[in-house]
Amino acid sequence: MNPTRKRRLIVISLILGAVGIAAALTVLALQQNMTYLYTPVEVLGGKVPAEARFRLGGMVKGGSIQRSSDSLKVSFTVTDGDAELPVEYNGILPDLFREKQSVIATGTLQGKHFVATEVLAKHDENYVPRDVKEAMAKAHEKHSVPEAAGKAKSEAK
Amino acid sequence: MNPLVLWFHKLGSPPYFYRLAGRLLPWLWGLAAIGIAAGLYGGLVLAPPDYQQSDAFRIIYIHVPSAWMSLFIYFFMAVNGFIALVWRIKLSEILAMAAAPVGAAFTFICLATGSLWGKPMWGTWWTWDARLTSELVLLFLYLGVIGLYHAIEDRRQAARAAAFLALIGIVNLPIVHFSVKWWNTLHQGSTVKLFGPSLIDSRMLWPLLIMAVATKFAFAASLLSRARVDLLELESGKDWARQIALAEETSA
Repeated sequence: MNPTRKRRLIVISLILGAVGIAAALTVLALQQNMTYLYTPVEVLGGKVPAEARFRLGGMVKGGSIQRSSDSLKVSFTVTDGDAELPVEYNGILPDLFREKQSVIATGTLQGKHFVATEVLAKHDENYVPRDVKEAMAKAHEKHSVPEAAGKAKSEAK
Repeated sequence: MNPLVLWFHKLGSPPYFYRLAGRLLPWLWGLAAIGIAAGLYGGLVLAPPDYQQSDAFRIIYIHVPSAWMSLFIYFFMAVNGFIALVWRIKLSEILAMAAAPVGAAFTFICLATGSLWGKPMWGTWWTWDARLTSELVLLFLYLGVIGLYHAIEDRRQAARAAAFLALIGIVNLPIVHFSVKWWNTLHQGSTVKLFGPSLIDSRMLWPLLIMAVATKFAFAASLLSRARVDLLELESGKDWARQIALAEETSA
């Protein structure tokens, strides 16, 4: 390799290395600051400043959804396994919203309730055909395996 | 000289590359068309509906291959940019700059289809989570490279300046890829995994893999078509380019 090319190679490699390190440090610094959502444990633990708007993330607790009969008002409980928080919302819910679904609600804490202005459903990375899911559900029923046990197993994998 | 190295040197010569690309192009376009047709038929007709999203999940057959292409093309562009900066090989400058608009198009398709899917499924068109934001930054990087290339008069200087920007922007690639792992995001994690089992049924997976290969062919075909024209323009003063132009004129 002739000297000019060698020099260029070294200079460009050094610049790339420097930019890489700068990016890595930025990502590490953001790790602590860039919180997209808080879980109920963190909220109850006082990690969220009072009266701040934030995103609350977790699972909709089974059997906790209560819809009002004459309006769009809905209330449900968000849980992360360790703690739970009641949520109130007035508006249209996304298609994927249902019990035991991960959701992200934006809003403020008012007293012990979280009043949401927006509720988003989080989709997981699993894609299962409908017939397979039905067959699985049948097998679970036959062997009396609760749905939650199967889910926990697949998550543990 | 090692025959592989020799072939590489030959490939770098514009007339040789021009002729080779011309011979390859019909094959590449053909494979891309067949692959995309097969992948779309498999994905939109044969694959069974998802148990949660039913037919709406089928947008992954466009969205996911585009997302993979947006990263793949950027990497290709940056590698060619690196070669252009260190070895000043004309062909690498051309290839890097011809790849940028194709990559930008795939990135745009990825963002647009994701947005269309996000509204019914998540409940929003857009949210500033780490995956969506870093993919948007990727689009702006592509646009920056294209803009810088066209802002400088001298073609070769312009290519090197833009290649430098492309090279710096490569730090965004791991951020896009790992964003769903490093941070809590609304966007789900990876479904298809290179190592370990994928989280998708095999009947849904195969059209996705066909689409992933077909988009590579589409990229190669588009890239070579663009690179041939750019080469001819850049070398318009040279003998070989004149001969080709003359031959085209007489045959037309």
